[in-house]
Amino acid sequence: MRYLPLTEEDRKDMLSVIGAKSVDDFYQDVPEVARLDGQVPDLPDHMTEFQVERHLTKLAAKNTTASDSAFFVGCGAYKHHVPASVDHIIQRSEFLTTYTPYQPEIAQGTLQTLFEFQTQVAELTAMDVANASMYDGSTGCGEAALMACRATRRKKVILSGGLHPHYAEVTRTVCDAQGIEVVQLPVGVDDELALADAVDDDTACVIGQSPNIFGTVTDLSAVAEAAHEKKALFVSVFTEAVALGLVPPPGEMGADIAVGEGQSIGNSLNFGGPYVGLFACTQKLMRQMPGRLCGETVDADGKRGFVLTLSTREQHIRRDKATSNICTNSGLCTLAFTSHMTLLGGTGLKQLAEINHEKACQLADGLESIKGVEILTPRFFNEFAFRVPISAYDALQELLDRDVVGGVRVSRLFPEEPDLSNVIIATATECTSDEDIALYVDSLKDIIG
Amino acid sequence: MTMNTTGRPTAPAHADHISGDATISGSKGLLQHEPLIFETDRWAETGVDLPKTKGVKSRLGGVTRKADVQLPGLSEPEAVRHYVRLSQRNYAIDLGMFPLGSCTMKHNPRLNEKMARLPGFADIHPLQPFRSIQGAMELIKELEDWLLKLTNMHSVAMSPKAGAHGEYCGMMAIRQALIARGESETRKRVLVPASAHGTNPATAAQCGFIVDEIGADKRGRVDMDDLRSKLETTDDIAGIMLTNPNTCGLFETDIREIADLIHDAGGYFYCDGANFNAIVGRVRPGDLGIDAMHINLHKTFSTPHGGGGPGSGPTVLSEALSGFAPWPLMVVDSSHGTDLLTYADHQDDMPGSDVQPVGRLTAFQGQMGMFVRALAYIMSHGADGLKQVAEDAVLNANYIQARLKHVMTPAFDGFCMHEALFSDKFTAEGIETIDIAKSLIDEGYHPMTMYFPLVVHGAMLIEPTETESKAELDRFCDALEGIAKKAAEGDPRLKGAPYSAPMRRLDETQAARKPVLKWTAPEPDQMAAE
Repeated sequence: MRYLPLTEEDRKDMLSVIGAKSVDDFYQDVPEVARLDGQVPDLPDHMTEFQVERHLTKLAAKNTTASDSAFFVGCGAYKHHVPASVDHIIQRSEFLTTYTPYQPEIAQGTLQTLFEFQTQVAELTAMDVANASMYDGSTGCGEAALMACRATRRKKVILSGGLHPHYAEVTRTVCDAQGIEVVQLPVGVDDELALADAVDDDTACVIGQSPNIFGTVTDLSAVAEAAHEKKALFVSVFTEAVALGLVPPPGEMGADIAVGEGQSIGNSLNFGGPYVGLFACTQKLMRQMPGRLCGETVDADGKRGFVLTLSTREQHIRRDKATSNICTNSGLCTLAFTSHMTLLGGTGLKQLAEINHEKACQLADGLESIKGVEILTPRFFNEFAFRVPISAYDALQELLDRDVVGGVRVSRLFPEEPDLSNVIIATATECTSDEDIALYVDSLKDIIG
Repeated sequence: MTMNTTGRPTAPAHADHISGDATISGSKGLLQHEPLIFETDRWAETGVDLPKTKGVKSRLGGVTRKADVQLPGLSEPEAVRHYVRLSQRNYAIDLGMFPLGSCTMKHNPRLNEKMARLPGFADIHPLQPFRSIQGAMELIKELEDWLLKLTNMHSVAMSPKAGAHGEYCGMMAIRQALIARGESETRKRVLVPASAHGTNPATAAQCGFIVDEIGADKRGRVDMDDLRSKLETTDDIAGIMLTNPNTCGLFETDIREIADLIHDAGGYFYCDGANFNAIVGRVRPGDLGIDAMHINLHKTFSTPHGGGGPGSGPTVLSEALSGFAPWPLMVVDSSHGTDLLTYADHQDDMPGSDVQPVGRLTAFQGQMGMFVRALAYIMSHGADGLKQVAEDAVLNANYIQARLKHVMTPAFDGFCMHEALFSDKFTAEGIETIDIAKSLIDEGYHPMTMYFPLVVHGAMLIEPTETESKAELDRFCDALEGIAKKAAEGDPRLKGAPYSAPMRRLDETQAARKPVLKWTAPEPDQMAAE
């Protein structure tokens, strides 16, 4: 067995040092009924490296990848280019095969990158402080709702009708368990500002998204003002981190907590995970934050170094009184994010955002030229909703036959909204070529007929 | 070609009088000084080449960011050097033994990395049409099948993103089951051993339960008398959260009886599967009477820890809890001619079904990147190899316990499972667990888990895993034996360790007192002064 270094002779020698007859001696505490006669039944024995590789490669080959099709799917996960050096850096043994930096003397590599990551996220979101990441944007959104309830000592959360429905569901799940009331505003393409009217004296926070699930970009400053007037918090959500190179970031709109998905920067699509949740807030709320935090300090020689800090918020100290049960962050995905961001810089990020926006405008221009197609999103960054004169499901299936993965049908996200059953949300990024756009437009024209 | 040594000294000069400590650059040979990325002058630059925009009319409607993002952009050579230099300040499994108890730092096979990067897995989107991702769905199904057979459980929820998230999934399923029984308002009490990992009580609280602590007996197992006394009233019992093998590295001898007591009380049994690696392939948790258990793919099935995640915590459920697994649920859709593996995201997607999911735990269906790695690992081992994995892990831990029990104080009598636990009783006055841990750093090892579990004074929890050779174990034991002897003698030098790490001990108190969580530009006058 290629991963097991002990030889039969080693095992015998070790048993004799221990004073045991066989390894069975170590399992004497296992109840009689649970003892197996040999190995677990109905499962195959070990395979060679090339057998495993062959099997998995065959499964992988059955899937249509974003790179070998004209690809327009977004809604919370985005196909962006990841520089080769980023994937190289995250495969460095010293980053890949290390643990949470509990021993800072021998983990400054991880800790310094986390400190740089937190600085980058704070700047990107225009917030005071950021944590060392959450599992993903959706779980971060749920944690933000709980944090707002802790900070305000209120038990009501209001979600916009443009919040990613999966984020809304995760938030409902975590709030429900703590007896927090969740108010969901009606689904709407351009209704984020309705949050301002919904906030009342019992509200812990309002959660709005820009760009929202339909791609609509909104200046949410009015929502923040309305929330603050009622001493509630404003949680500003984004699912496309690249957008923040161009659209108003949470901090500029008066957000108390910013939470979003960081997958777009440095991380592959990975069929839904692992991703990296970005989480930032105002200085005032810092001690209410969930998750790991990295902070600056000095060592015994007075040299600058970094450590995990404010751990008195956390489960290993506070146990059932902790701000969250979270233990793991999204370590390696933060490294992918921060190393890609280090290459981009503010200048590169803005250029990247501009290209994304332009590609989406090009796509919208093309689709709009098709008779019967109507663009629904009034202001967008790199994705938008549009109506087709046939069912969105059929349109996407037929597009797939022509190697166009055309987007997400809204009925998959909002099955309870029959009026939206012929609406598609399509996304373009820097990876979208002019040929991809032409193929999409020509194919859809042909399908609609 | 032979090396030309003419005129060049080929042996070090005798230079005892020369001190080599301080350098001009701040570097120490291979250990390069590396500032923060913000301490560069590349604030206006970028290290990526992007195509030019064409000037297509914007559709942002004037809603734009006021202040541009101010972050430096490093060229590729600068960036690569930055991260490689930083990497050299990290300890890693690939460098040596990383015996963090309960964390299971085993070798991460590189085949797993290669497979996870196949475009067919890494470059597909969670919302693509199902027809275009059947291979990915099949892979998840295969992994599910392995996990169910290895645990002998009824169903598995794949979406939890980490161990604590899996705990959350299991406890929420229990809550949902109680709701279905109409008892969620009365059954709030969850029993949690004092030795439990902090995530257990934190999770229970996050699910709205009240934590009731149970003690450990002299053998390091659940104190059955205490448990029975906590079950004198049963109508408020939601369940128990119990780690098995437990955090003391011991198998809970009375686990079947515990399961029966909890079930008789009307509660459910959540098993924390953090230590499944000690029994995988040899014992099936389903045979022990549990109702839910998360499996840390990053522990038992070797997906890399990556400096603190990403993890993955699929959660297996008993028949009693299966109907409450979270969305999305994998189903077969035959409505379009062929059988497609698809995900049901809502009740509408499952007409006629009586499932009552707890809701959704995360945006998509889980950590695919970890699923691929775990399946590659599982297939590489097979049922025969996984059994060997557990046995070797337990053998290695017992070997360490046997070799060190003469100089250190084992916390409990008898054999251990996959980790050896010692208390600080053997140390001289003034020497603490942390001093022993930090001294291991100088010996080239990552410290063991320290001060956990809380039920053992100055706990030192050592988990070697199955991927250490006997030679490496011997070197480790030699080193720790030497340190333990110094600790027993009260050698004050231990207090200053580590001496040869990239940094000396760091001041955590200062970090917490006035937290500095990001870099800020120095004030202009301060810059002028420097």
